[in-house]
Amino acid sequence: MGRGHWPLLTRALQAVNGAMAPIIELDGLGVTLGGRKILQDLKCSLSGRAIGLLGPNGAGKSTLINTLLGFYPVAAGAARVFGHDIRTKMRQIRALAGYMPESECFISHMTAVSFVRLMAELSGLPSEAALERAHEALFYVGLGEARYRLLSTYSLGMKQLAKLAQAIAHGPRLLILDEPTNGLDPPARQRMIRLISEMRDTRDLHILLCSHLLRDVEETCEEVLILKDGHQVHYANLEEERKANRRFLELETLGGDGAFTEALENLDCEWAISGPTTPVQAGTHSGDGPRRLKMILGQDFALRDLYRLAEEHDVQIRRLNYRRDSLEDIFLKAMENRNGRP
Amino acid sequence: MAVHKRSYHAYAGRLTPPWSRFLIVSRYAFQKALSSKLLIVVFALSFFYPLGCALALYMNHNERLLAMFNTSSFFAVDARFFFHFQSVQGLMAFILTALVGPSLVSPDLANHALPLYFCRPFSRAEYVLGKLFVLISLLSLVTWIPGELLFVIQSSLAGASWMWTNLWMAGSIVLGSAIEILVFSLLAVALSAWIKRKLAAGAALLGVFFFGAGFGQAINAVLRTRNGSLIDLANLIAGVESQLFRQYTLRPIGIPTDWAWLVLLAISAFCLLLLEKKVRAYEVVRG
Repeated sequence: MGRGHWPLLTRALQAVNGAMAPIIELDGLGVTLGGRKILQDLKCSLSGRAIGLLGPNGAGKSTLINTLLGFYPVAAGAARVFGHDIRTKMRQIRALAGYMPESECFISHMTAVSFVRLMAELSGLPSEAALERAHEALFYVGLGEARYRLLSTYSLGMKQLAKLAQAIAHGPRLLILDEPTNGLDPPARQRMIRLISEMRDTRDLHILLCSHLLRDVEETCEEVLILKDGHQVHYANLEEERKANRRFLELETLGGDGAFTEALENLDCEWAISGPTTPVQAGTHSGDGPRRLKMILGQDFALRDLYRLAEEHDVQIRRLNYRRDSLEDIFLKAMENRNGRP
Repeated sequence: MAVHKRSYHAYAGRLTPPWSRFLIVSRYAFQKALSSKLLIVVFALSFFYPLGCALALYMNHNERLLAMFNTSSFFAVDARFFFHFQSVQGLMAFILTALVGPSLVSPDLANHALPLYFCRPFSRAEYVLGKLFVLISLLSLVTWIPGELLFVIQSSLAGASWMWTNLWMAGSIVLGSAIEILVFSLLAVALSAWIKRKLAAGAALLGVFFFGAGFGQAINAVLRTRNGSLIDLANLIAGVESQLFRQYTLRPIGIPTDWAWLVLLAISAFCLLLLEKKVRAYEVVRG
């Protein structure tokens, strides 16, 4: 039986469920390989459209992915993907997932279109549908013109794109990307990030992106799970963090007098002068030189009130920044945790 | 993900039944194997002996020809005839195995392709079955299928009484071929999974048979024993087949046939164990 008697209804239901239901649930998950504990006591519930898996090399990111795909056995705890237990329902999980491995892997003596078609067929697509989807996937990732070339003649960047094509050809609901930008030059990396963002925004699938590159995760993900030495050290909802961090404002002003800063007290915020921009102007408090202010914004703070005040007090706002913790800040804080544990 | 739209969309169409997916691997492996001209030539040569046998059977029952030579038959069509047929076709089956077998798994291992197979609703057992099916179907075409056809031809020429008297041979042809096919296929696929280089895997397969035979004979000669024959695979298979075709006088083996069965069973089990260890998405290194 096919999946979609009523594809639109199914998709709508998936979209509604997808907004709430967890995609990946880890419940004390532990993995032991070759007598070594690689992952220990991972507990979290991930439900974002794009989930980032961050950590330094050897943190256990790829091991977690490989365990979710059933390549490694579970030593302790449990994990579920779309509600399916990874111990018992692996076939169902694999039917819903698309996987782009980190290492260079392909099937020799095959053209890209044959390769992607084979992979789609193994996922259950009939031969003709697999061929059609293989062409579409290769065009989509930008290998349309090179799709009849042997994979062994591809450059590293092209092989990465071919791996992405085979991961999406069968239309998975969860796309697992293990270091997708590895070895790519800046334009190719940009292209890969754009493709990932585009797929995320279609809302047809969820993405689990594993990377040690903070920028990749920051540009594409909504949620992030940070691992260190096999332990979960931080979980962050980047969307929430971004919203929360907008409450900090850095301001550089020129002109005016103390009345402006006094007037700021009437706005819903706290402020502090963080200092003049140059030592020469440090002694002047008359407003001749630029001044830096840091403001912690309240719930009712409106930016237009700040502009109005500045106009009333003849103050120029030379620079205005929402100060926000970057993912790098979050990551470094997580790495500083004692013994790598939260 | 339509070409004209260049956007991603999910697949909502029909899916193939899971039980049939191992055949996809076989189909692609066949495509690759049949692109070799050498294989096509050897495959064609494999039918020369069966065709010759069919012609001989026809001549053996051609009354005009028999009358011309003033004889009732040129040769007896009995178990010995089919035993020889089995031996010749067994050799051809081995050559085909040596040509096809090594390239079945080793390129996937060398190119780290196994995670791509196993991240799908497709198991390791299905993968191995798909690869084995290539050899099983290819070797069937040169062993028991022509053997049974010869049996049918002889039955139709000699009459029903011959068929009923010799029906057990039809079973022996299938069973003897099945043993050959199973041992050759498992050994070839296991060596292909164990050794990542195709040429080395091919050399290992030849080595198992020819060095095994030579080494076994050397052990027999030096230690004045017959146990060296236990590592001579061709001898073991011939011993089992001689029992199946009741050709005890032709038995080339110097050890009891029960031992030959046991050793072949042990070799098959070892090959399966090797496949279980090697055919994995990622290998776990201990330490």
